[in-house]
Amino acid sequence: MAITDTAKAAAANPRATLQDWLPKLVLAPSFALILLFVYGFILFTLALSFTGSKLLPDFSTWVGFNNYVRLFNHPNWIVALKNLAIFSILYIFICSVLGLGLAILLDQKIRGEGVIRPIYLYPMALSFIVTGVAWKWFLDPGIGLENVMHQWGWESFSFRWIKEGKMAIYTIVIAAIWQSSGFVMAMFLAGLRGVDNEVIKAAQIDGASTVTIYRRIIIPLMRPVFLSAFVVLAHLAIKSYDLVVAMTDGGPGTATWTPALFMQKFTFGRNEMGMGASSAIIMMIMIFSIIVPYLYSELGGGKKQ
Amino acid sequence: MSFLQINELHKSFGATHILKGINLEIEEGGFLVLVGPSGCGKSTLLNTIAGLEPITSGEIRINGNKVNDLHPSKRDIAMVFQSYALYPNMTVGENIAFGMEIRGVPKAERDKAISEVANLLQIGHLLDRKPSQLSGGQRQRVAMGRALVRDPQVFLFDEPLSNLDAKLRIDMRTEIKRLHQRMGTTIVYVTHDQIEAMTLATKIAVLKDGYLQQFGTPAEIYNDPVNMFVADFMGSPAMNLIPATIVTEGNRLAVKLDRSQREPVLLPLSAPPAGLAAFSGRNVVFGIRPEALTDPDGADRNASQLATSDCHIEVVEPAGSDTFAVTELGGKHVVARLRADANIKPGSMTPLAFNLTKAVFFDPESQNRIK
Amino acid sequence: MSVPSQDNAARTGLFARAIIYSALILFAVYYLLPLYVMLVNSLKPLDEIRQGNMLALPNQWTFEPWRSAWSTAQIGVSPTGLKPYFLNSIMMVVPAVALSTVLGAQNGYVLTKWRFKGDNIVFGLMLLACFIPFQIVLIPSARILGLLGLAGTIPGLILIHMVYGLGFTTLFFRNYYEAFPTELIRAAQIDGASFFQIFRRILLPSSGPIIVVTVIWQFTNIWNDFLFGSSFSSVDSIPITVALNNLVNSSTGVKEYNVHFAGAILAALPTLIVYIVSGRYFVRGLMAGAVKG
Repeated sequence: MAITDTAKAAAANPRATLQDWLPKLVLAPSFALILLFVYGFILFTLALSFTGSKLLPDFSTWVGFNNYVRLFNHPNWIVALKNLAIFSILYIFICSVLGLGLAILLDQKIRGEGVIRPIYLYPMALSFIVTGVAWKWFLDPGIGLENVMHQWGWESFSFRWIKEGKMAIYTIVIAAIWQSSGFVMAMFLAGLRGVDNEVIKAAQIDGASTVTIYRRIIIPLMRPVFLSAFVVLAHLAIKSYDLVVAMTDGGPGTATWTPALFMQKFTFGRNEMGMGASSAIIMMIMIFSIIVPYLYSELGGGKKQ
Repeated sequence: MSFLQINELHKSFGATHILKGINLEIEEGGFLVLVGPSGCGKSTLLNTIAGLEPITSGEIRINGNKVNDLHPSKRDIAMVFQSYALYPNMTVGENIAFGMEIRGVPKAERDKAISEVANLLQIGHLLDRKPSQLSGGQRQRVAMGRALVRDPQVFLFDEPLSNLDAKLRIDMRTEIKRLHQRMGTTIVYVTHDQIEAMTLATKIAVLKDGYLQQFGTPAEIYNDPVNMFVADFMGSPAMNLIPATIVTEGNRLAVKLDRSQREPVLLPLSAPPAGLAAFSGRNVVFGIRPEALTDPDGADRNASQLATSDCHIEVVEPAGSDTFAVTELGGKHVVARLRADANIKPGSMTPLAFNLTKAVFFDPESQNRIK
Repeated sequence: MSVPSQDNAARTGLFARAIIYSALILFAVYYLLPLYVMLVNSLKPLDEIRQGNMLALPNQWTFEPWRSAWSTAQIGVSPTGLKPYFLNSIMMVVPAVALSTVLGAQNGYVLTKWRFKGDNIVFGLMLLACFIPFQIVLIPSARILGLLGLAGTIPGLILIHMVYGLGFTTLFFRNYYEAFPTELIRAAQIDGASFFQIFRRILLPSSGPIIVVTVIWQFTNIWNDFLFGSSFSSVDSIPITVALNNLVNSSTGVKEYNVHFAGAILAALPTLIVYIVSGRYFVRGLMAGAVKG
């Protein structure tokens, strides 16, 4: 229990009253900013998504759900959704597997762990734009990997996904995994280090092999970490924008559009603000349908103290 | 006139009613202990006295002044916390003087006050250390020093010894008692440890579920518990509370204690409480403290009502100064306290003396004492 | 993360350990490779990249690409290099980080030590704000910056970064102060300390670690931001990430890969240095941002 409004009744003394209100006064500006800039703006965008706004917000033309209908009939949006599906499934799955795998390997009393761990994690400190530049040129057939293989004498080697409409999205997956998997590894490593040692000793006494201990005891205990990793990665995936801009800017053609890129291009590039707003609303619904239940379960436990 | 007075105090937190009409008072220089199981509201009560939590209704008076609406710092109290609550970033000296610093007391005066308190508590050599460099017992002393330096009208202690190990706890208990005797300041002290309550208090208030169960001197609480809860809570080992039947033998009342596979024990009562007659033929709870159930040689010779009965001894627990024996009565394990050298063997039938002067009876339905 | 290794480590044979080490080293190479590529090629003349092997060390070492990226490369319409944009980023990041950290600390203090009815709802709403896709606030943000006369200015970017960082900074401080003993606050109240005195004298002196975590988190996020920078900046206020993207993607004519790589490293340098200097706090921030509650 907190020291709630200590001397609430001390109304007679104006100084005391001010002291009572101070905490709320201190919190108020931040909360007001959040209410306006987040929730007010969401409502604004929501309203906008029902208008026929083009270059500028225009609340005089209400079009109902027309923007949403057009959105889901637009081939670029369908491409963006497909890309999001491919991207998030591969990104989340591979990051988790790689993260867990590396964490388990690193948890084997490795000499030099202090050197290896920061190497795995540093990409997380880079901006997606930097990551994008690095991978864009590394995967570029002209000067990058393909060229390197040719130089080394493997003349028939061909790797030009980044230039191929069908495969370009996978190059973005590769770069994104490079950036985030170290972080997932760190999450799992923290989880592994948090496992009660006595449980493992008990399993060893029961004669379980190392593989069995991991498979039957430790990995099942990592459930909360899987959940956290899933939420973080899913939310990053839906927001993915910078990396795509830096690597392909949506190309070739529209092959690597994602919902975030769609929103940007339609709102600011094609002056379809109404449709842009509706795509942003859909993005928010996707994120909130993952985040809200998660936060609710995380905070719900703490509420009932 | 009483010095600290609490009238009809209610405290709710949201929908939960935490304190339900508490009335208490303690004279100047008294030592009031609030005791009860966790969640009984004793710490909340202390916090309301300190002003750290607002009350819903009722009145708190210190030295005649109503302090309901005063800020904690204006109530002229000092508090020692369970975790000691020493400011981790300040040295011991700064911790002790922080309140004075806030009030703008000049440095010279602060230093003087610090050194006085440090002498009193023998913590002079610790003044420049940080709390993290102190042992538990030293932190405890510093926390007391911080309270003492305020020279308040009332000291509030919130389970101050519960984080110390057993031996240190007993030492500090004595120290607190000595300080109290020396300074004569009124103290309100919260604990869940009934031994602390008994040894320190001039008055004990037993709380449970937000209700004041009993308020009285340690002797009253121990010898005359008003209900089964108080009887059970105070005393270690706890009072034996044995399901029993009251029977009328001729013109006298007697207690019948059933035993499995044995004859019931029948204890005649020469001076039963007045209310007990109404329970003739009915079930009661017969309460007897372990020290009132002993080997006949060790029994209190001044007791006016002694009854002896052969009991089957199940377990013997020598404890050095005493020997405890467990027997079965009324379906309960009953503890008897025997002399250390009592010759007793598990499995044997041994005569035990019931000191019925000390026995008490409870109504099993209301759980209240039958007087 | 400095926890000592536990016994779940297998008592494995020499062969197994060799495999483990090989795998770990292989992945270290994987994570280092792009950085190596950037670094090596930023020190080569352009011809060597075009005709040579990207993984090879330079035949002819040159710092010219770095100089060019910093001060002469064509970005947008003017040949200024990244320098002015780097300075823009600094002028944007420092106040935004400071403001959001200070406000977050105070919010955390109120939300844990001066709780009131509905505080959980307030916190929940602030927390949820961390996760919104920023696309949803772009249009109205642009409008409000226009109304405030801050469109296309560095103060406008500072405001935006501060507001959208508040959720995280509040979360960090709230979780940290949640574990801070409330009894200390009570003791200070009895000592007569006021709301701000308690914050300054009791809480802040113990807040070092969380301040570091928060500052690093905010610094990294704001420095690395691209979306807000590209949406709300004008010629004079473009931050480094946007400038880098312009350099790499819209340069007409010859693609100066070596300059691109040098520029990318320049843009990454501040956050990389922070990471190298205080990686422990960086990781703690990531964890705090990931594991809520």
